[in-house]
Amino acid sequence: MKEEWDVVVAGAGIVGAACAHECAARGLRTAIVEPGEIGGGATAAGMGHIVVMDDSPAQLALTSYSQSLWRELAGRLPASVEYESCGTLWVASDGEEMEEVHRKQALYATAGVASEVLDSRALARAEPHLSPKLAGALLVPSDGVLYPPCAAEYLVREAVKLGARLYSSRKVVSAGAGEALLNDGTTLRAPRILNALGSEATALLPDLPIRKRKGHLVITDRYPGFVHHQLVELGYLKSAHSIATDSVAFNIQPRKTGQVLLGSSRQYGAEDTAVDHKMVAAMIDRARVFMPEISALSAIRIWTGFRAATPDKLPLIGPWPDDPTLFLAAGHEGLGITTSLGTAQLLADHLTGNPTKIPMEPFLPQRFVRSEAHA
Amino acid sequence: MPEQAISIVVNGAPVSVEPGTTVAAAIVISGSATRVSVIGQPRAPLCGMGICFECRATINGFAHRRSCQVLCQPGMDVRTQ
Amino acid sequence: MKEQFDIKKRSDIFDIIVVGAGPAGIAAAVRAAESGIRVGLLDDNPTPGGQIWRKGATQPNTARDWFAKLEASPVVRLHGWHVFAHPDSGVLLAERTASAEPEAIELHYHKLILATGARERFLPFPGWTLPNVMGAGGLDAMVRGGLPIAGKGVVVAGTGPLLLAVAAHLAHRGANILAICEQAPLHRLAAFSLRLLAQPGKVAQGINYRWAARSAPFHTGCWPVAANGQDHLESVTLQRGEQQWDMACDYLACGYHLVPNLELPLLLGCRTQDGFVTVDKWQQTSIPGVLCAGEPTGIGGVELAILEGQIAGLAATGRVDKAGALIQTRDRSQSFVRALEQTFALDPRLRSLPSADTLVCRCEDVSFGALNGYSSARDAKLHTRCGMGPCQGRICGAATSFLFGWTADSVRPPILPASFSSLAAPVSAPADELASNHISNQNRKDTL
Repeated sequence: MKEEWDVVVAGAGIVGAACAHECAARGLRTAIVEPGEIGGGATAAGMGHIVVMDDSPAQLALTSYSQSLWRELAGRLPASVEYESCGTLWVASDGEEMEEVHRKQALYATAGVASEVLDSRALARAEPHLSPKLAGALLVPSDGVLYPPCAAEYLVREAVKLGARLYSSRKVVSAGAGEALLNDGTTLRAPRILNALGSEATALLPDLPIRKRKGHLVITDRYPGFVHHQLVELGYLKSAHSIATDSVAFNIQPRKTGQVLLGSSRQYGAEDTAVDHKMVAAMIDRARVFMPEISALSAIRIWTGFRAATPDKLPLIGPWPDDPTLFLAAGHEGLGITTSLGTAQLLADHLTGNPTKIPMEPFLPQRFVRSEAHA
Repeated sequence: MPEQAISIVVNGAPVSVEPGTTVAAAIVISGSATRVSVIGQPRAPLCGMGICFECRATINGFAHRRSCQVLCQPGMDVRTQ
Repeated sequence: MKEQFDIKKRSDIFDIIVVGAGPAGIAAAVRAAESGIRVGLLDDNPTPGGQIWRKGATQPNTARDWFAKLEASPVVRLHGWHVFAHPDSGVLLAERTASAEPEAIELHYHKLILATGARERFLPFPGWTLPNVMGAGGLDAMVRGGLPIAGKGVVVAGTGPLLLAVAAHLAHRGANILAICEQAPLHRLAAFSLRLLAQPGKVAQGINYRWAARSAPFHTGCWPVAANGQDHLESVTLQRGEQQWDMACDYLACGYHLVPNLELPLLLGCRTQDGFVTVDKWQQTSIPGVLCAGEPTGIGGVELAILEGQIAGLAATGRVDKAGALIQTRDRSQSFVRALEQTFALDPRLRSLPSADTLVCRCEDVSFGALNGYSSARDAKLHTRCGMGPCQGRICGAATSFLFGWTADSVRPPILPASFSSLAAPVSAPADELASNHISNQNRKDTL
């Protein structure tokens, strides 16, 4: 059985959902194929932190663009998405890191992102449970947090209202030359097939330079008011930047429910979903340096997930050079939630021949294929 | 009440109980709900065996203790939501 | 000579750890300790007995006998600890349930006997979240924990042999049992009673229970359809066939039989079938060195739990030659397990009890209506928060399993909430050398 669409989106994680919604909003007849729960992969495992990050100019551009898109959308999000504009505090341990704070403030300003430098006293007032030994922080008030599986669900539902169709409990087993074959034998024909499968994107394109980076998260019972902003140590960037070693970084979030969510950890080469006690202990030990009072908090759940990591820490967004009908929106590492909306805009602009609001070149998949061809 | 009665404080008010009484029972005896649910319903113990978590209370400053698993000790300070 | 457990220790090593100090766990620990090896008995309650032998006024003779045996044995007692993780083979992490601050311990073992028992199954119906609506075992446990019940009006409802036992105990404590409502139809109960005639002890027990609560009307094919009241229970609406009537009461003790506590067996990787841990004739699970006894292998009551616990204790210490008679009796009791299952099977009409706004997940206040359209426990959890609370789906999981046929999401540590400091407790390598020292001089056959 064959069915015809303008766009077929493989994967209803946050990125696929956002892309499907944007395509449907632009009048493209869109099909979404998802074997499991909507937003049930990395989308369900992450922190849902909407954050501007400056590991590279392209990352700064994409995250700041996307962050403002989330703020625009916030008013329409249902309560289940738990969107909260709590802001991020990039925490500095010493004078050297405070210099980094000032550098970061200036850089964010170039991207139109306002921020405020807090000294040690102001930081203690803003977050009384933080260790008083910290030097200060950069407050980015426009950052926020949300609950990703419900955000993905919202985007899929809105896409369906705009005419998209969800093929649930089915997966794309192969795609190319304008046809996506599903595991139930259905063939979907479309001039554009989007691979938004995250860390599973290699199932359709084995040569993709996407590797899994396992992460652990711990969530507590309810402690309203324990922490007010998403708190991230400046060393987080080093942890996220490293492509080889296991690492942890202090990263803690208040949820709208009053629960406290603790991250973050990164491992390469770990393909199993089992909770690794040593990683959890390392993550907690790191966090206790910054926030000793978490020791007595009651942790009710631990889970793991796989980020989709690329060699240059930038996602793959755009056409796949070897097949004019294949497109990618995958490899977002720890920024999938944040950059899903920006990714959707870039992709939809590209598909409809519109100019993009930020340069798309840094994200084009061809950047890896070209280097392989010339290897 | 015999001299072995144990006196604890529940939400600021003294409650006298027999030895071997759980904090959950003491909270119910005091007339208080053990907690307030997400949508604001008053709740009391359901399972009595440490499974349902309806009996969570802050005991001596330590939050979210399953009070049905804790025996009253003299001078204990118990606070419910 | 009894060894007092030193609570200042951060880690300890046992030849055998028995998890759960109900009838099965006590029997297993006592029998295992006879062999002279170091046995630890761990339970999250402050006193031994589990649920059915919970400390309180009435204790059957069997309980008193086994408590005496436990007191006389060298079993090391860890009461008031709950296991929350299994970070490495041969290691458990446990936290002190009732401590004033986080306290965790690392427990090394050579073999493990799981006797984690069962919990009540709760089915949602309008008003079930009102204070003073409790489980049947739930109200019983609260009364044993000091809740005054004398003179209070109690409706006992749900299903299972527990209802009569609870009604009898509460009546003994001075409660006014207003009614006992068993959802199973009369003909099934009658058939069950006939089968019990083969086990005179149980008939006597049943008669005792019924006599104790003799003034209470006993209804079959009857269940509560609503609990009514403002801030607490004021009355219960009962239904039997086409009839519905209200009953003013102080407490509703309502539980729908038992479901096994499988979290630790599943965390360890034990194979299960039809919702119970599979064991061989020596109570050995699919994981070498891990045995399981009592309700997690099949809901079968106290006597069977004691048999299975003893067999596990003997098997774990290489003394299966002493287990012959026990095994024979246990095998004959399997028909009782099936009889319980069949007699107290749930009426499908109980699926219609919740209305759209009846809460199913009490931790997160998720209503029955909100669950509509989700296809699995995980799907519902991710999108409605059902099962995301501290009970980790223990209460709502049994309900959604009955209402929708959903199976539980996978089990991960912590299997009970634990503090961050306990989660970060450093774990030393499995202590193979020390453990084998304890048993190296034993002349024993290994059953594994």
